[in-house]
Amino acid sequence: MFGSIRVSNSIKSVATPVSLSPGRRAWLRFKRNRLGYWSLLVFCMLVLLSLLAEVISNDRPLLVRYQGTTYFPIVKDYSEKTFGGDFDTATDYLDPFIRERLSQAGNWALFAPNPYGSKTLNYFAKEPNPSAPGRDNWLGTDDRGRDLLAQLIYGFRVSVLFALALTFTGTLLGIITGAIQGFFGGKTDLAFQRFIEIWGSMPELYLLIIFSAVFAPSLALLLILLSLFGWMGLSDYVRAEFLRNRQLDYVRAARALGVSNWQIITRHLLPNSMTPVVTFLPFRMSGAILALTSLDFLGLGVPPGTPSLGELLSQGKNNIDAWWISLATFCVLVLTLLLLTFMGDALRDALDPRKAEK
Amino acid sequence: MTPTLVASRTALPPEGAAPPKGGLSAELTPTLVASRTALPPEGAVPPEGGVSAGPHHAGPTPLLDVRGLRISFSGQEVVRGIDFCIAAGEKVALVGESGSGKTVTALSLLRLVQNAAISGQAVFQGRDLLSMPEQALRGLRGQAISMIFQEPMTALNPLFTVGEQIREVLELKQGLAPVQSEKEAIKLLADTGIPEPQRRVNAYPHQLSGGQRQRAMIAMALACQPQLLLADEPTTALDVTLRGQILDLLASFQAQNGMAVLMITHDLNLVRRFADRVIVMESGLIVEQGVTADVFARPQHSYTRRLIDSKPVRDGAEQLPPAGAPALMTAQGLRVVYPIPLPGFKGWFRHGEFVAVQGADFSLPAGQTVGVMGESGSGKSTLALAALGLLPCSGDLQVAGQAWGMSAASNRAMRREVQAVFQDPFSSLSPRLSVEEIVGEGLSVHEPGLSLLARRQRVVQALADVGMDDGASPARLAELLQRYPHEFSGGQRQRLAIARALIINPRLLVLDEPTSALDVTIQKQVLLLLQRLQRERGLSYLLITHDVDVIRAMAHHILVMKDGHVVESGAAAHVLAAPQHEYTCALLAAAS
Repeated sequence: MFGSIRVSNSIKSVATPVSLSPGRRAWLRFKRNRLGYWSLLVFCMLVLLSLLAEVISNDRPLLVRYQGTTYFPIVKDYSEKTFGGDFDTATDYLDPFIRERLSQAGNWALFAPNPYGSKTLNYFAKEPNPSAPGRDNWLGTDDRGRDLLAQLIYGFRVSVLFALALTFTGTLLGIITGAIQGFFGGKTDLAFQRFIEIWGSMPELYLLIIFSAVFAPSLALLLILLSLFGWMGLSDYVRAEFLRNRQLDYVRAARALGVSNWQIITRHLLPNSMTPVVTFLPFRMSGAILALTSLDFLGLGVPPGTPSLGELLSQGKNNIDAWWISLATFCVLVLTLLLLTFMGDALRDALDPRKAEK
Repeated sequence: MTPTLVASRTALPPEGAAPPKGGLSAELTPTLVASRTALPPEGAVPPEGGVSAGPHHAGPTPLLDVRGLRISFSGQEVVRGIDFCIAAGEKVALVGESGSGKTVTALSLLRLVQNAAISGQAVFQGRDLLSMPEQALRGLRGQAISMIFQEPMTALNPLFTVGEQIREVLELKQGLAPVQSEKEAIKLLADTGIPEPQRRVNAYPHQLSGGQRQRAMIAMALACQPQLLLADEPTTALDVTLRGQILDLLASFQAQNGMAVLMITHDLNLVRRFADRVIVMESGLIVEQGVTADVFARPQHSYTRRLIDSKPVRDGAEQLPPAGAPALMTAQGLRVVYPIPLPGFKGWFRHGEFVAVQGADFSLPAGQTVGVMGESGSGKSTLALAALGLLPCSGDLQVAGQAWGMSAASNRAMRREVQAVFQDPFSSLSPRLSVEEIVGEGLSVHEPGLSLLARRQRVVQALADVGMDDGASPARLAELLQRYPHEFSGGQRQRLAIARALIINPRLLVLDEPTSALDVTIQKQVLLLLQRLQRERGLSYLLITHDVDVIRAMAHHILVMKDGHVVESGAAAHVLAAPQHEYTCALLAAAS
C-alpha cells in the first residue's frame, strides 16, 4: 500500500566510501545472515569431503609397504600373488589372510579411516546382515552386508552431483526459453506459452516408468528426462523479469543508442533478471535431491548397485528392525535439505529488492 | 489566488483565525451543516478559551500539537525533532523535497509507519497519538483523523466498488445500517462532484478516471467529518487541469466542515493557493514556518528562499536563435497506432487500432527547442518514441534528411544524430553497470575502434560536460567511473543520462519529461544545464513535458497535444501569451 509513497530516500543518498557492485552488496548481505552463510560453508565442506570419498572410505589401502616395495592400491590393481596369496585375482584387502601378510614385520598398510568402499561386501563379517553398528562397521551394514557409512558417503556424493547437474541444465534451459519469450514477446511468447502448457501437462512420472522399462536405467537418462520437464517453472520467472525490464528506460536508451538485440539481452536484461534464478538455485537443488531419492525409493532411479539414499530408505522400510539404516539415512537427508533451505532463505533475503537499500 | 484574499488572511493571527472562519462558513452553508450535525459532532468545534498548551502557542489549545517528534529507521534518523501545531479549521501545508521526512511525519501521526522508532509527542484533543493504545488509535483513524494518499489507484482496493469502500467506513465508524450507508455514500460521491453518483457507486476503481478516483478517495476520507485531514500529495499523480479542481474541492469541504487540513506537497503553486500556514522541512528538520503570504513574501531561511526561487527560468545568457535556421527534424502527417485486441471472435484474427498520434506536423530547426505539452494520454510520449525510431509510424518523419528504416544497420548512422533522455532517473540507468559502462555504451556501438584509454578519457570529458565534477579535479571524476547508479541522487542520475546521450555528439536530443521526477531545486539546475549545452553545442531539443513552467523556460516553439491531436502550435512566446485553443487556455490557467 505504501509502495507508491515517496518515503524519504535520504537513506540511499548516504554515499558509501567504497563503491560496490549490486552483486557484491547482495553477497555482503548474504554473509551477514549467519545461519545461511554457515550453511553454505558446511555444505561446501561436506561436498568437498564427499568428492574425496575414496580417501575416506575405501576397501583398498591408500598405501602399502610390502617386503621393501611400495604399492598404491588406491589407484592400481594388484593381484593377490603380489602379497603372497594363491590366486591371480585382485586382492581383497579385508581378507584376514592378506591382513596378516601385511602386518608382518617390515610390512605395513595405510587404510582409509573407514575401510569399506561403496560396493564392498564384507564376506568376513561376524554377524548376519544387516548387522547393527559396532567396531567393524560404525553405522552397521545394510541387508546385503555393505557398510552403511560408506553407502551414505557415496550416496550423498551421487545425490549432490546429480542435483548440481540437474540444476545447471534446468536453469540453463529455463533462462534461455524465458529470455526468448520475454524479449521477443508477441507471437513468439504466445507460441511458447501454449507449448509449455501442453508440455507441462505430460505425465512425468509415467513417462519415467515407461522409459525405465524401455532403456537401461542410468543417471544420464534420469538427468535428461528430469531436465526436459524441470525448466518450465523457472522460465516463467525469467520471462516475467524480461517483460518487465525490457520496457524500462535503460533498455529504451540502449535501443536509442543503436545497441544490438544480443547486446541488450546479455548486457542489460540478463544481469537484471537473475534475481529469481539465483534465489531458486538452492531450492532447485534440494528439489533435485528429493526427486532422485524418491525415484530410487520407488526403484525407478539409478541402476542397481549405485549407492543411493533412496535405495537405503527403501531398505530401511523393508528391514524395520534394522533401525540404524533408516535413522542414519534420514539424518543425512534432513541435514542436506536443511542446509540448502537455510541457504535459500538467506539468498532470498539478500536479493530482496525491498531490503536492498540497507 | 487573488491578492485581496492574501491580505484578509494575513491580517488575522493564524491560530485565532481558524475557529471564527469555520463558524462563518458554517453559517454560509446552513443546509449542509444541518444535515451533518445530525451525526456525532464530537469535538467539531475546538474548546473555546482553552488553556495554553504548547510553549510556542499563546492562543486556544491547538487541535494537534506535535512536540519533539523524532523518527528513525534502523538507526537512521529521518525526522530529527520537530515541533508544530495545527489549530482547528486551519489549512497547513508541509513543504519539502523528497527525503525531507514530510511523508513519514504525516504517516507517523496515525502510527502507520512500520519498522520505525518514533519518539516525541503528538497531542490531539488532549491525547497523545504516539503513546495511546492501538485500539484507541483505531477509533480515531478514519473518524477524527483521516488520510488521503498520493496515488488513488493503489490506495483504493481494486476488488471492491468505491461504494462498498465508502460504506465500509460509514458502517464501521458510525454504525449505519446498509440501506442508510448506501444513501450516504451516494450523497458523499455527489458532494465530491462525481457525475452520476448512483451509477458510480457501483463502479470499481479501474472504471473511474484518475480524478474521479481521487474524488472517491476524498469522499471516503471525509465520510465521518474528520477534524483533521492528512493529505499526502493529493494532486501529484493527477493531470494539471485536475489538480486545481481537486484542490478547490478540498478547500470547499474544509470551509463546510471546518476541519483542519495538513497537506503535504512539494508544489509551491498549490501551497500559495491553498494553505493558511506553511511549514518548510529540510532533511528532517523544520527550517521555517509561518503564514503563507509572509513566508512567500519574506522567506527567512536560505532553503526556503531556494525553494521559492526554483521556478525554472530562461538562462539570461541566451540569445535569440537566428530565424530561418535549417530544419533538423521535420514531420508531416505523423501517425502512430497501437494494436488493441478486438472483442469476440473477430479478435482472434485481427487487431483493432488505437491511434496514439494523429497527423502531427512540426519542424524542428537546428539549435532550437520544440516543446510538446499535454496531459497524460495525449500521445506526447508516443511522439517522442516515434521520433527516436523506436516505434513504427506512418507519415513522413525525417531526421537530417533521412527517414527511419527497417534495418538496424541503416538506422545506426541516424541514431548517432538523435539521442534521448527519459523521465525516470531511477529506471533509466541499468543498476548493474558501472558509470563507465553506462556512459561509454554509445562509444562501443558507434566508435568500436576506440582504445580503452581513449574511451575512458571521453567518458571523463562527458561527465565534466554535464557538471558531474562540481568544479572538482578530474581525479575525482575518474573515481566516479567505477561507481554504480544506486550511489547517486536523482539529479546526478539525470546528469549521467544526459552524459550517456551526449558522448556520441548527437545533434538532436529527445527529452521525455526530463525533470518531472526531480525535486524543484534540482529541476532548475538540470534545466540550466540543458540550456547551456544547447547554447554551446547548438543542440536541438524535442522537449516533452506537462509542466508549463518548463516549457516557458525552454521552448522556442510549442505543440499542444490532446488525445493524439495537435490542437495548437506556434512560436513559444505567441502561444503562451495569446493561446487560441480552449485546451491551451485551460492548461495555462491550471499552471499559474
